[in-house]
Amino acid sequence: MLDRDEDILKAAEDWQKAGRGVALATVVETWGSAPRPAGSSLVINDEGTFLGSVSGGCVEGAVVTEAMDVIQSGKPRMLEFGVADETAWNVGLSCGGTIRVFVEKVG
Amino acid sequence: MKLAILHELNAERAARRPVILVTDTEGGEQRLVKAKDFAKDPLRAELDKQLRMGKSANVEAGGKKLFLNVYAPTAKLVIVGAVHISQALAPLARSLGYDVTVVDPRTAFASPERFPDVPLVAEWPDTALPPLNVDAYTAFVAVTHDPKIDDPALLHAFERGCFYIGALGSRKTHAKRGDRLRAQGAKESDIARIHAPIGLAIGAVSPSEIAVSIMAEITAVLRLPPKEKEEAA
Repeated sequence: MLDRDEDILKAAEDWQKAGRGVALATVVETWGSAPRPAGSSLVINDEGTFLGSVSGGCVEGAVVTEAMDVIQSGKPRMLEFGVADETAWNVGLSCGGTIRVFVEKVG
Repeated sequence: MKLAILHELNAERAARRPVILVTDTEGGEQRLVKAKDFAKDPLRAELDKQLRMGKSANVEAGGKKLFLNVYAPTAKLVIVGAVHISQALAPLARSLGYDVTVVDPRTAFASPERFPDVPLVAEWPDTALPPLNVDAYTAFVAVTHDPKIDDPALLHAFERGCFYIGALGSRKTHAKRGDRLRAQGAKESDIARIHAPIGLAIGAVSPSEIAVSIMAEITAVLRLPPKEKEEAA
């Protein structure tokens, strides 16, 4: 009810209509202390511009990189970040939680 | 996400109608379910529950892993009365994520100097309120202490089914207000919906503290299940 993702989704629509490749990344599951709840989203265009957040800054860089691949391939993918995952730890989900992020192409 | 779905999602959000986006997180298929269509949906129990909680969640149905992403409208707060309490209440409500509008026909009160960055409507409720699209996702407070302003505003709030209605004034003041509203055709059940004296009883004294007690009460009404809500009130 108090979510303010509408501007992000509006941007996704506007970017797509302007001919940009666009991907949407959405937090679908969280365990432990995760900074953003399920349903939080991030939109990315093919220039690497992004709006919104899935973790409050910890893993956005990695999500944007994966999103570029999704824009290319058109195939959705599920990403998981957490302390148990060495790569993700390097990326730095320092809060100690785990999150799953669904990344899909728009259009 | 198909562009058509995104377009419909944005249109529903712009119209302040709640929707849930159902995504098969393995296959990627999606569908958008409008709240008015929940009753005929196979997932109706889950959809109802998640919308009520305002929370997105994963469910399993028919051997599929589904993510239900809840898009409920941003809550609004309409403050009738550009008084001292409102000067504290407006920024506090904004920090909690509400879209805030202040209404007061008295231009000496409803001035940008007193309310920097807050949308102000210096008109009588009859003129000011209809364009604000007050709805079930709106909290409504009447704090002018002037029946000429508060009463018509409260009648409007009843009509629009606001999730929270509060009015400033002691029990004695509120009893008189009830009589006046009844005389203007308000139902007993409408009058019973008014939270008065306004705010949780936390011993608030200053305008800022009263603002905290009002926002605490609004939060309780918004978030608690019905039974606990009664206990908090």
